[in-house]
Amino acid sequence: MPEPLLEVSDLRIRFGGFTAVDGLSFSVRPGEVLGVVGESGSGKSVSMLGVLGLIRTPGAEISGKVVFRGRDLLALKNAEMRAVRGREIAMIFQDPMTALTPVYTIGWQIAEQIRAHEKISKRAARDRAVALLGEVGIPSPEQRVDSYPHEFSGGMRQRAVIAMALSCNPALLIADEPTTALDVTTQAQILDLMRRLRADHGSAVVMITHDMGVVSEIADEVLVMYGGRAVERGSRRQVFHTPRHPYTWGLLDSVPRVRGARARRLPTIPGTPGAAGRGCPFADRCAHSFAACAEVPPLTGESGHLDACWLPEEKRTR
Amino acid sequence: MAGYILRRFGAAVLVLFAISVLVFLIFFATPGVDPAARIAGKNADPATLAQVRASFGFDKPLPVQYALMMKHLFISHDLTSFVNRGTLVIPQIVEAVPVTLSLVVGAAVIWMVLGVGMGTLAGAMRGTLVDPLVMLLGVFGVSLPVYWLGEVVNLVTQKELHDSVFSWVPPLGYAPLSEGVGQWALHLLFPWLTLALLYAGIYARLLRGELINALNEDYVRTARAKGLSERRILVKHALRCSLIPIVSLFGLDFGALVGGAALLTEVVFGLPGVGKLTYQALQNLDLPVIMGTVLYAAFFVVLANAVVDVLYARLDPRVRRA
Repeated sequence: MPEPLLEVSDLRIRFGGFTAVDGLSFSVRPGEVLGVVGESGSGKSVSMLGVLGLIRTPGAEISGKVVFRGRDLLALKNAEMRAVRGREIAMIFQDPMTALTPVYTIGWQIAEQIRAHEKISKRAARDRAVALLGEVGIPSPEQRVDSYPHEFSGGMRQRAVIAMALSCNPALLIADEPTTALDVTTQAQILDLMRRLRADHGSAVVMITHDMGVVSEIADEVLVMYGGRAVERGSRRQVFHTPRHPYTWGLLDSVPRVRGARARRLPTIPGTPGAAGRGCPFADRCAHSFAACAEVPPLTGESGHLDACWLPEEKRTR
Repeated sequence: MAGYILRRFGAAVLVLFAISVLVFLIFFATPGVDPAARIAGKNADPATLAQVRASFGFDKPLPVQYALMMKHLFISHDLTSFVNRGTLVIPQIVEAVPVTLSLVVGAAVIWMVLGVGMGTLAGAMRGTLVDPLVMLLGVFGVSLPVYWLGEVVNLVTQKELHDSVFSWVPPLGYAPLSEGVGQWALHLLFPWLTLALLYAGIYARLLRGELINALNEDYVRTARAKGLSERRILVKHALRCSLIPIVSLFGLDFGALVGGAALLTEVVFGLPGVGKLTYQALQNLDLPVIMGTVLYAAFFVVLANAVVDVLYARLDPRVRRA
């Protein structure tokens, strides 16, 4: 098994009295796509912002270890972290409509990132921006490089944002719900694009999403999060074919099926997300909860398929 | 862009025409008022009244009256103040304009530097003690009325401490640029500071708010994720976008001040500018002068607006198509 590119262990992020991420551990190998799934508020975005040191809220406490290529990112100085951000780890955000500065051209913004990390002339940076825009499928990139963000559609903007993220050939790309704000056909195109770019650039990808469909399309490994903790982790095949955690069952059940008998009503997970005070975070919404759930279950399992649940083996069928 | 500028200034010319018609109608066609008697002033003799009637064509239809008025104003420059016994109006305004421009341009430079500096400092240092301190300073500036502050400044620099600390302060009044830049600036220094203080406070508060909003925008998070330095993020991204509303406000304030809104400062510091001219004309009900200054003010406000819109389009690519 190759050395992990990114290894996060026991990451905790607290805002005042509220614990957003509670002892999260995971790793990403070079070239691998990790799908991080969970409802809104499960801590998936905030944990990735924590990894990149992008949490700016005053009073936020971050602890744990984030080891990337042998260095603990949480211990780096600001200037060292800046050299990692954008060059070695790039991030794509959810809403392409607001992710670009409105007063500069697309090409200027891509060139800005390249020139922040490499000693390269304006001319050369611009040429690379044109090449990148072409690569992400923007027609006539020589002209569109001088367009402003408002002159692009949502899908085009997300393509431009992806081009910008890839501009320094990062080893890891963190994509925070990159398709959520787009319509369905555009979503499929963007996913196609990301798959192709991964093959070409060989970047590892952390894909944050609440969409099980997206995960099933693109992920090698899947991490299911609930209430700031990992509740299940395994290969895509393991998580989709033999899901072990009741929360994962709920997520999979709430995806409408195209084949087979149609359910009268689409099943939902009752209640609202939010970690329970003590014990298993999912206990108060779980149909299978019992006495043992008052304790926090550890993340354990065999052959790379881990889950955090006290339920005995014979009851692990949905 | 060139087309946009052309269209914008075309529109400005139309607006100026509309304003001139409106001003003309208010002064000359208000029902129940004899404009000739107003122009000739109180207790005018019949000969003067007849002269006014003939000169402004009050026996002719309104469009002809309008044309005659515009001819007096812009072509023959011989609009005469009857209250002031035959002083010509246009030269008075032409003489007053450099004074007002000197006052307002200097003050504008000071308040923009102060306001942008203070606003950026407070916005960027939010959460530290610097922010509330700078803003307190801003409120202090905003809450001091010019007429009071000006009088206090005069009291201190011209009287109380004039023999010691402020012996270098020249007497009140204006020194034209022809007497040397040093004298010009020295005469205007305290008027500049007094006028700038109020606006610096307003601009600092406004910019701070804009900047704090901008720093919470997604594009700032993107800029951080790109690995840019905090200084670059602040200046090139957040501040650049926050300046757009500041520029539009600046244009309006600048236009209004050049148009005569610096009246209080001019009166307090004895500067013979357009504001002071208007003030005197209002006291004597000197109608031709009032008309002249109103049109002059309108010209600057409309011009400033057009310049702002062009600048706005330069700053914000989203409005260029509009």
